[in-house]
Parts: sequence; C-alpha cells; structure tokens
Amino acid sequence: MSSFRHVCIQLIRALLILWGAFTVTFFLLQMMPGDAVMVRFMDPELGLSPEQIEAMRVLYSGSSSPVFQYFHTILRMLHGDFGYSVQLGVPVRTLIEAALPVTLRLAVVGFILSLVWTLLIAIGASLLPARPLRQIFQAIPGFWSAIPLYWSGIFIIQVLSFKLRLLPVVGVGPWEGTILPALAVSLPIAAPQAKLLLQQIEETERLPFVMAIRTKGASQRSVFFRHILPNSVTPCLTMAGISFGELIAGAIVTETIFGLNGLGRLTRDAVSGQDVAVLQAVVMIGATGFVAANLVVDLLIPLINPSLRSSAGWKETSGS
Amino acid sequence: MNTQRPVLDVSHLGISYDGKPAVENISFQTFPGQTMALIGESGSGKSTIAKAIIQLLPPSACVTHGIITLNGISLPDATPRALNAIRGHQIGFIPQDPSSSLDPRLPVGRQIEEVLRLHTSQRRAERRAHVLHLLEHVGFSEPERRFLQYPHELSGGMKQRVLIAIAVALAPPLIIADEPTSALDVTIQGQILDLLDRLREESGSSVLMITHDLAVARDRAHDMIVLRHGQIAEQNTTRNLFENPRSSYTRKLLADSPAFHSRPATPERPVSGTQPAIQVKDLTIAYGSRTAVSHLSFDVQPGTTHGIIGESGSGKTTLLRCLMGLIPPQSGSVHVQGKDIFSETSAERRQRLRSMQLVYQNPWSSLDPRLTIRRIIEEPLRNYFPEGQAWRQARLHDLLERVHLPLALLERYPSEISGGQCQRVALARALAAQPDILVLDEFVSALDVTVQARILELLSELQKELNLTFVFVSHDLAVVRQIADTLSIIRYGKQEEYGDAEQIFREPASPYTQTLLRAIPGQQHSGKAKREGSKEW
Repeated sequence: MSSFRHVCIQLIRALLILWGAFTVTFFLLQMMPGDAVMVRFMDPELGLSPEQIEAMRVLYSGSSSPVFQYFHTILRMLHGDFGYSVQLGVPVRTLIEAALPVTLRLAVVGFILSLVWTLLIAIGASLLPARPLRQIFQAIPGFWSAIPLYWSGIFIIQVLSFKLRLLPVVGVGPWEGTILPALAVSLPIAAPQAKLLLQQIEETERLPFVMAIRTKGASQRSVFFRHILPNSVTPCLTMAGISFGELIAGAIVTETIFGLNGLGRLTRDAVSGQDVAVLQAVVMIGATGFVAANLVVDLLIPLINPSLRSSAGWKETSGS
Repeated sequence: MNTQRPVLDVSHLGISYDGKPAVENISFQTFPGQTMALIGESGSGKSTIAKAIIQLLPPSACVTHGIITLNGISLPDATPRALNAIRGHQIGFIPQDPSSSLDPRLPVGRQIEEVLRLHTSQRRAERRAHVLHLLEHVGFSEPERRFLQYPHELSGGMKQRVLIAIAVALAPPLIIADEPTSALDVTIQGQILDLLDRLREESGSSVLMITHDLAVARDRAHDMIVLRHGQIAEQNTTRNLFENPRSSYTRKLLADSPAFHSRPATPERPVSGTQPAIQVKDLTIAYGSRTAVSHLSFDVQPGTTHGIIGESGSGKTTLLRCLMGLIPPQSGSVHVQGKDIFSETSAERRQRLRSMQLVYQNPWSSLDPRLTIRRIIEEPLRNYFPEGQAWRQARLHDLLERVHLPLALLERYPSEISGGQCQRVALARALAAQPDILVLDEFVSALDVTVQARILELLSELQKELNLTFVFVSHDLAVVRQIADTLSIIRYGKQEEYGDAEQIFREPASPYTQTLLRAIPGQQHSGKAKREGSKEW
C-alpha cells in the first residue's frame, strides 16, 4: 500500500524535475545572444539580405512570441517531435536517433565496467591476505581519479589498439567499437564510487554487529559478502545513479577521442552552432537519463535496506 | 577446592595495547553450570579479557603472556579455521548493546540460522525448525512471525533475546555475556537475566558475565572477580565478597553503589507556603494523533529535587522538552517561578532560559569537541553578562572551584578529560548562567559508580550552597532515590505515582512502581544465596 504510494510520489517528482529542466533550458537558450539563423546565414559569401535572413528565422522558429513557442515546443516534444536543426536542416529526431544508440551503448557498457571495477577494488582492499596488497587496492581510487580522461583515453588507444593490436579503433562494429571507449570512461566513474564504497566498508566494519557476527564463527570472507558489503552499498548506489545520468547526457571527451558520433559529439556541434532545437533535445535526454537513473536507485534502496521499507505503522504494531 | 574440570582456564594473562599494558596477571577458571562475574569500572580491562578469550582483540592489542584454554584446547595457538569452528559452537557470545549487534538488513530468524549453517550439517528445513524452537525457548510467543521480522521491528529486550538465542543455539560449554543488560530497562533486565540463568541451568554451560553493575553480579554470579586498572583487586565467592570484602577497593565500590543504601538522611526543608519553582498542571502533549504525555501534574518547591522516573518510551524526553518550552502542550500548563511559559514575551523567555538550564546525558557529546574547556564555560558568561574580561576570569575560577575541577584543565579539550570531569564541566557551564533551576537528563547514567557517587555528592552540595531546584530525570531508581525529595513515576506518558520520594520507595502504591522496585537488582541475593548455598563447596 504505502510502497505503492512511495512509487507514485517518486514518479510525480521525476516528472516535475523534467518539466523544470525543460523550462529553465528553454528560457536560458532564448536569452543567448545571437541565434542559429545568424550563425548559419550571416556569411557574406552567401549574399543573403537582412530581409531574407528574417524570413529564414520565421521559417525555423514559427512565431516570435516566446510564451507561444514555449507551449508549442512542449506539446511538440510530448509527441516526440523535437523540431528542426538549423545547422543541418534535418529533423532533430533524425539526429538523435542516430546518436542515442551510440551513447547508450557507451553508457551501459561503461557503467557496468565501472561497477565491476568498484566491486573488484572493494574485494581486493578487504579480503586479500597480505596487508601491502590490500593497501595497493585501497590506493587505486585516488590514483584513478587523478588521471585525466583525455590522457587515459589516448593511452588505451595507444597500448591496447596500436601496440598490442587487441582491438582496432576504426572500421569496427558498434559493440566492438564500444569496448575501448567504455573502458576509458569507466575508470573515472569507478574511482569515486570505489572510494565511497571503501569508506563505507571501513565504517560498517567498525559497527558492533560485525563483531557479534564474528563471535558466531563466521570467516572473514563470509562476514564480508553476507554482512559488510550489503550494508555498505547504499551510498555507492546513489553515486552510481548520478554517474549513469551523466553518461546518458553524453561523454564529449570520450566520444571525441574515439571518434564516436554520439550525443556528446552532437552537443558539441550544437553548442558551437547555437543550434537551439538540438540543444533543447539533448538537455531533455540528459535530464531524463538522470531522473530515470535516480528513480531506479530510489526504488532499489528500500529493497537493500529493510529499515527504510515503508515506515511508520510497523514499529508500533510490532512492539509487545 | 573444586574437583570438576574447568571449562575455561585463564592463567597469568597479560594484554597490552600499543605496548602499554592493559591487563596483567589475570588467572581464573570457570566451571560447568556456574556463573563467574568479571566486575570493573570502565577502563578496568574487563571487555579486553572477554575479547582475548574469544580471540577477537583489535589489531592494536597483543597478548603478551599467559595461557587461555577451553576444555584443554589452547585458544591463542588455534588456527583461524579452528577458531571459527570454536566461536559460536564452543563459545557463545552475548554482546553489549542489543540495538546495534544485529545485522539491520536481515530478518532475525536468518541471523539465528546463520550460526547453525556455520557449524552444523542440518538441512534448510531442519535449521528452520531448530530456529523456531530456539525463538520459543527464549520466550517469543509467535516464533513464525518473529522469524521474518527485522531488528528495527523489535524492542531492545526482544533483540537481546534473539542474541541470546544465537549464543545458546548449540549449547556451548562457555557463554560469555558482555554487559548483557546494561542497555535495557530495569524490568526487562530482570527477565533477560532470568532467561540466561534458566538456560545455563538447563545446558550446564559455564557463564562468564562481564558487568559494571555490582547489584546484577550479586544476584546472578556464584563467584566474582573485581578488576581494577587491569589487575585483579579481589577474587572471591559472591557471598564472601559482599559479606567480608577483602580489598579496600571492593569496599569502596560497595559504598558507592546506590543500590545498596538509601538516601543519607537530610534535614527537613521548609517546603510549604512558598511559591513552587515549577508547577505543572494537567499537562498533555501529543504528536499528531499520538498522545506522548497525558494529564501530568507536579509541583517542585524551590531548593528541592523532583525525580522523574520512566523506562524508555515513557515520555520522559517529551516532558522535558515541554518543560523547557521547546514544544507546546496540547492542554494543561507549565508555570516556572509563577509565570506561564507558554504566554511569555520574548524578553521573559530569554530570562527564563537563563534561569533554567538543561544539562544533558552524554558527557562527551554535549560538549563541542573543538573548543577548550575555557571557551566552553566562558560561552554563557559572554552571552548573558556584559562585564569585562577580568570579571569573567574571576567567575571562571569560581565556577571551577565550585565543581571541584583543577585550573589546569582549562586549556584541554573534551576528548582529553574523563567522563566525570566532562559532567563537571557541563555543570559549570550550566551554573555560569546563574540559574535557579537545573533540569538534569540522565545526568549520571553513563558514569561508573564511584564517579557517579562523587557527582551526586557535588549536586547535593551545590543545591545547598546555591539553593538550586533540580528536576532529575533517570531510568535508574537507585540513583534517583539518592537525590530526589519528591518523585513522579511515569509509564506510557501517564503518571503512575507522585509524591514524597521516601514514601514512594517505602510504600509504593501503584502496582507498576512495585514491579519497578522489585526489579532493581541487588535485593534478590538474600533468597538466591540461600538457594544456591547448598551448591557451594
């Protein structure tokens, strides 16, 4: 009952956030100096008169009233129509349909890889028999977050692709082409997640119940996997949700280095060309990614933490 | 003396933390079906000994010498694998704080099942049946329902029952109970100790009970070891220890324990005729639809102490918040020095909050750890009095003298002083505002008995010198008896009893008060000693 209510409230909140994101970006983009029509048609070599440029502007933006445009755009978007790109003269929807799968593949594979790294680091730092080995694992997150993405990306191409010839970077299928960039993008995401998880594990280990479980005769490994780890993942999960949202919005640097035509590339081109319709669409996709990832996390956390499951009524009815 | 083989044999045990000796030359044996109590104040090394026996000392600790054997097996020489087979199976451990000793993420049934899964080859269905049986055995009426409940759905006493079920699941020869009831209400305390006694008698296990509470040990233990600074101050049978203590430290402990004597006779105070310092009339406080306190009334005369006794969940904290004017009542009134605190102007409020100081329970957490003692006590002086630095300095010294703290402490931080000293600082800080009323919330509950006794003496002294009025809230009847002139006993937000404190302690009218008084440990011993007398050798 009350968990159904919880889900409804979370959904409504998610929709409100999306609407807010739309509104803020819409008016911010309106306020930008200059516009895409200018950028594209001002070139003197095209020889267009100011009147002709004005006509183009009317063609692309419909009416001039921002309020009318606001509602017009919202309605259009709800029907899946994102308008036209001024730069390329094609529907934004076509651009997104080409870019989104690339970005989604990168996001999903990169995200899963980052979870794998996080878990491996946590296990290594907690369970390896020798103390120096554990300390090496504990140092990994700090080390990884200090490496800039453009450097590690180029490093990965140089070593894995050019030197070791494990995977080519050009002329490959969509999934093979995703592996190297996903590897590059997973490292900086895994670093803060792993750091948080290690901290949380250290805190959980100090809790009295862990000592109580040891007195039952459970081995270090069993205590770790059954009790310490499940009690430590919650904050890490929240952070993972945020990281995934960021990935959906497009990884500009990674896409540029690996020559992927994803949302990141699309965003970069749209910003330099002041292509408002494309920007608006990209922002909305990013916001949806964020909201969806956080929604999933919020719904997952009560499954891991029984004390957060539903609430009020329980305590009073059970005391006897 | 004893012809039986000992279960646990500790001899010449020495343990040090980072090279500093914490425990030295400890030797004792425990026998089947007997309870041995390790008594000591905080820092005496009693928990360290318990952890050394089960081989779970923190990495900074190191056993420097001595032998620990369990049924002839040397525990320090056992491999990690062998130790895991012994823990839970040969040694049951009942931890200190039930509220934090269960995995919050798993149903309690699964947590009992874990110990069976680790040590037996029972199948899933057998384990489940075994757990249900254990739950019933430790006093749960609906084992199936309890099996699936999570720790946060159970009360403290119920959680302790679950932990006891884990400890006794495989009928281990040795059960270590580390302060098994310190975190529980007095009526629950008795039930849990009774349960432990019953299980010990049934299984013939040997119980090593670690406690700071002399009264609990007196009721439950056959033999006792009194520890002081990591060494044995006295080792004796319980009866001998209480009847003719051999060491001077034991005698001091006995003298300081509130459970073993009543309030020293105080001269009668003139109480009638004056205006009450605090007057609470028909007070009802509700959170939403839930009534936390209902129809409470009491008067506190100036210069006297009103004790408020209640177990957890009784509404004590809510009542205190309302007394301080922090939450409004649903009905009824609170008058402080004749003024209704819920219809005062903001100037009156400021004046009242100066003259009425709240002093909290936990000695360390109520002092800002980043401020020196000087800054902590100076803060209210700066806030309330415009006088200059020289005046403040003089006042500061005066306050320290009143609470008997050395001046050398002024530049230290709260983490660098003891719990008793922290409470003295908290008192000095409260007194800095020159209050007429102190509201003391579980003020001595976290302190060792010898420190507790000194703080209670200080409170009486301050009351006489400064004519202070105290409201003293506690769950500990023995402590309240030491200090209260009048008394309210509350339960589920209702006033069970109100009146002269000695009168209530001598002739309790309400059945609940009678239960409470009977549950105070330390009085069963006469009956118990007789009953157990025949078993002594």
